[in-house]
Amino acid sequence: MSQELYTNLAIFVMSLLVGFEVMSKIPSTLQTPMMSGANAIHGVVVVGAFVIAAEANSWIFYILAFLGAFFAAVNVAGGYTVTDRMLGMFNRPKKSASKEDENK
Amino acid sequence: MSALTTVASLVYLISAVCYVIGVHLMRSPKTARRGNGLSAVGMFLAVIMIVITIIAEGKITGTGWVVLILGLALGVWYGVARARKVPMTDVPQLVSLFNAVGGGAAAVIGIFDYAVKAGGTHLNVAFSLPVLLDVIIGGITFSGSLIATGKLSGHVPGKPITFPGARLVNVLVVIAILVAAWLMIGLPTNVWFMVLGLIASLVFGLLMTLPIGGADMPVVVSLLNAFTGLAVAFAGFVIDNQVLIIAGALVGAAGTILTLQMADAMNRSVANILAGGFGTGDSNSSSAAD
Repeated sequence: MSQELYTNLAIFVMSLLVGFEVMSKIPSTLQTPMMSGANAIHGVVVVGAFVIAAEANSWIFYILAFLGAFFAAVNVAGGYTVTDRMLGMFNRPKKSASKEDENK
Repeated sequence: MSALTTVASLVYLISAVCYVIGVHLMRSPKTARRGNGLSAVGMFLAVIMIVITIIAEGKITGTGWVVLILGLALGVWYGVARARKVPMTDVPQLVSLFNAVGGGAAAVIGIFDYAVKAGGTHLNVAFSLPVLLDVIIGGITFSGSLIATGKLSGHVPGKPITFPGARLVNVLVVIAILVAAWLMIGLPTNVWFMVLGLIASLVFGLLMTLPIGGADMPVVVSLLNAFTGLAVAFAGFVIDNQVLIIAGALVGAAGTILTLQMADAMNRSVANILAGGFGTGDSNSSSAAD
């Protein structure tokens, strides 16, 4: 096994353990926001989309790079926005959510 | 390590710390929003760093930039628009959709790297094993989450969908995945084995989710969310990027615990939800439940 693989494997296993430890019993009202928040975190796959776009050099690879960038951007941008909206309503139920839908 | 790789590694480390502390803060209603914000800061740092890295490396072509920026811009526009407009009651299916594309992106990265390297001389298991795990898990979560989205939003009937011989088809699909996996490790010169693996995993995702009833769907979405985390972690092995490995594994593990808690809140076990779904319509549906 190469040093590089071993390092990555160690990081993987340790991060799994951190993941198991960091999630203790949470209130059931927070389950959906937590799911959404975790969903946003795996949007980090967008970094990988940049990496493959930098290596693309023929049309099939450009298509894959486009798909990767699009999918990952939806995941990360949508994920954080919807989680924040959910938690915003959660904390301040009386305050009206900002209406800024028209700026796109 | 060059100066750039050193800085990049440290920034990725800070960003990983943000995710862990972010998840930690999200466990309590008072700090949850701050936690999500912190994790978003970590994400922002990681994105800035990869932009600097690819500019400094200078390998990316002009078309590469166009494709990348177009894909990102469309994705951000679509994701943010959907996230802002969705009624609060429809959030679970939107999360499931975002999860589907996340799995799709992870699978695309695996496909890309395998296709780039498959033409070369022999590949070792250290490369092909993460690739096939990435593509297969990513494929399963992509199609599975899309079906879950459809079921939650009513585009796909919410009641369990089964057909005669479903179990046999399941077995055949699993065999196809295993064969494709074996060929990808043994004969990594042919891209079509990966395509077979991808198609089989997409079908498996459909077959896994279709028989599960709409009421159980949130638990399944959470489980698929954890799967996507793992797919992203394996994508990190493929492109040798540690922030993907850390964040993916974190979501994989935390998502698993969350799934167990959600199932628990419904007085069901995850095995019961999945196996019970598989067995619906057959006489011995309880046999696999334990």
